[in-house]
Amino acid sequence: MEILKTYKIYIGGSFPRTESGRYYPLKSSRGETIANLCLSSRKDVRNAVVAARKAFGTWSEKTAFNRGQILYRIAEILEGRKGQFLEELIKQGIGRKAAEKEVQASIDCLVYYAGWADKYVAVASSVNPVSSNHFNFSTLEPMGVVGIIAPQESSLLGLVSMLIPALCGGNTAIVLASENLPLCAVTFAEVLHASDVPGGVVNLLTGSIHETAPVLAAHMDVNALVSEDLGELGKSLSVACVDNLKRYIQYSSGITQGLQEIIELQEVKTTWHPIEKIGGATSSY
Amino acid sequence: MAKKKESPQGTEWNYSPSPESTTHVKLEKRYALFINNEWVAPSSKAYFPTLNPANETVISEIAWANDKDVDKAVRAARKAYQEVWSKLSGAERGKYLFRIARMMQEKSRELAVIESMDCGKPIRESRDIDIPLACNHFFYYAGWADKLEYAFPTKNPKPLGVAGQIIPWNFPLLMAAWKIAPALAAGNTVVLKPAETTSLTALKLAEIIKESGLPPGVVNIVTGHGDTGAAIVNHPDIDKIAFTGSTNVGKIIQRSVAGTHKKTTLELGGKSANIIFDDAPIDQAVEGIVNGIFFNQGHVCCAGSRLFVQENVAEEVIRKLKHRMESLYVGDPLDKNTDIGAINSKEQLDTINRYIKIGIEEGAEIHQSQCAIPSQGFFCRPTLFIGVSQSHTIAQEEIFGPVLSIQTFRTVDEVIQKANNTPYGLAAGVWTDKGSRIFNLTTQLKAGVVWANTYNKFDPVSPFGGYKESGFGREGGLHGLGAYLKLS
Repeated sequence: MEILKTYKIYIGGSFPRTESGRYYPLKSSRGETIANLCLSSRKDVRNAVVAARKAFGTWSEKTAFNRGQILYRIAEILEGRKGQFLEELIKQGIGRKAAEKEVQASIDCLVYYAGWADKYVAVASSVNPVSSNHFNFSTLEPMGVVGIIAPQESSLLGLVSMLIPALCGGNTAIVLASENLPLCAVTFAEVLHASDVPGGVVNLLTGSIHETAPVLAAHMDVNALVSEDLGELGKSLSVACVDNLKRYIQYSSGITQGLQEIIELQEVKTTWHPIEKIGGATSSY
Repeated sequence: MAKKKESPQGTEWNYSPSPESTTHVKLEKRYALFINNEWVAPSSKAYFPTLNPANETVISEIAWANDKDVDKAVRAARKAYQEVWSKLSGAERGKYLFRIARMMQEKSRELAVIESMDCGKPIRESRDIDIPLACNHFFYYAGWADKLEYAFPTKNPKPLGVAGQIIPWNFPLLMAAWKIAPALAAGNTVVLKPAETTSLTALKLAEIIKESGLPPGVVNIVTGHGDTGAAIVNHPDIDKIAFTGSTNVGKIIQRSVAGTHKKTTLELGGKSANIIFDDAPIDQAVEGIVNGIFFNQGHVCCAGSRLFVQENVAEEVIRKLKHRMESLYVGDPLDKNTDIGAINSKEQLDTINRYIKIGIEEGAEIHQSQCAIPSQGFFCRPTLFIGVSQSHTIAQEEIFGPVLSIQTFRTVDEVIQKANNTPYGLAAGVWTDKGSRIFNLTTQLKAGVVWANTYNKFDPVSPFGGYKESGFGREGGLHGLGAYLKLS
């Protein structure tokens, strides 16, 4: 007899059930229940934000090189569990060919950003030649705690391509998984858990985004929100984001990859310091 | 009026008045709107006076644009964008900007005097800081116009379209330059609204723009009050809103554009920390504190309005600061001796006085310099509060005036936590002789600009802008270009 998996949520490095005790059934195209998922509550969102904030210091202060290695480690573990993701994608109604492509693209995405971790700052920073005796430079810093509403039509690749640039840049995250394709999200959290990603860096909730996303958008300790184009919901979320001037990045396509995706979740910091000039001596050598 | 001051030696100094001449200044009695390189009377037929805040006399009358006028300006900008500006090569766009920069330099004395008359800032600051920086901003971005792909390699940078720009009254011409120059360099056209109390230098800039031969409609300047700004924000054919001003208004703007295609940059309020460690060069730090909070009457979004002094030097720093405050001249903005000019408006003076009252009521100890202030006009003595704690209103809210709140601290961790414990994140200052400590602090302070052993320095090449509720997007430097470009 098959041992069925219990799909739970992921907060602060552990896998609790929703505090609300609620669930929703995921049905196959034939109407059979594939699994019962946690229907996360507003309290789960708040708990996830607390965990993400707590983990921000540890994660953002890791060396860029180390973050790159950890992202690469996620790729390694995902590679090793390919079969499980294929099976889940197929269970959720995706053809084998497309499923194989999606898993491969997700692994490639991880490797891509693993390579960026210690390079994007160099590419996007500047030393600014000001007209006074100051050394002046602008560099990037992570925004902090980022809310991610994973694309609805992709179980794995959408989530990976939205989450990983945030992590690459030193942010911590709360991910709201695709409502109707949630299985890979929970299993991906297990991959993260096994990949030296510290607890709390990624927190993942399943459930109704119409219920949880507004809570995330209005939360005063979330610095940024990322989603695909969500139409009317997106509009109300962007209004909710205003209270603490949360940065809201909406991608027209849920699946994108590039340097810009990292930079969108960075702040530019400019530092000035005087340069000592003694007696007007200038070296002409 | 000669000013009597006590020197450290105890003798008295008399400074003769040294007012800048206003005879070379050309101002109209009444200004219309600048649309399509033409001076257009407002369809509202309404005008409002602009005052010299130092003597409360009317300098000129300014047109009050309504929805129809704004629509006319947006149409002009759209047409210029589609038919001329977006088709011009970057090199040609750059030449116009270079020319405008040069013409501003030619008229810099006139611009400086008008700025001080209309805004209240000391001539020393408008002459040496505002106007040169404004000219340089145009010169700087002129050079970017044909080099955008070097700024954003592989990203195929393209202009956004028509930018609506709303600027504040604290650095009128400089803010106009911060907005217009990068927008035009990136290939956008603009509709700019100056602040209602300080429209004059923007209108003088319009004269320069017309004289420069910039194609009609590329820059349109519509004057007015908040409703004029709202008409720009809500106009459906605007692609980008750039706003500098208060966090409250910034939030109203952000709510109005939510769910539209409009991109925004917001450069908003602050309550910036200026941190003095015990190993800092104290005399320089005191100069930095003064420059941080009393520069431009404290009408500076990044003013170092929260001072944190390490406990063991607090007594010395405060004593020296009080002494230094006594040598600040408050008075005629056009006098070259003046350090602190007029508060920009009666309304702002009331706000500052309300905060001073709250500070006293909440139990902080007030100290003001003893200088004489003119009986006419809007003036405020340099003010500091001692014995302030994080819970005091004057330590939390932006006052936008020459009012400093002072707190003390013992450890590095403590001051980092206190400095970051604010919804704002615009700027910060750190004073210490220790390099490793500077980098620890500059890394940990959540602020877009960090001045180490200096304060309130600005430069066209240096990106400026905030974290958190101080807004988003950057102005100045390479990063400031990104705010006006579509990147693939």
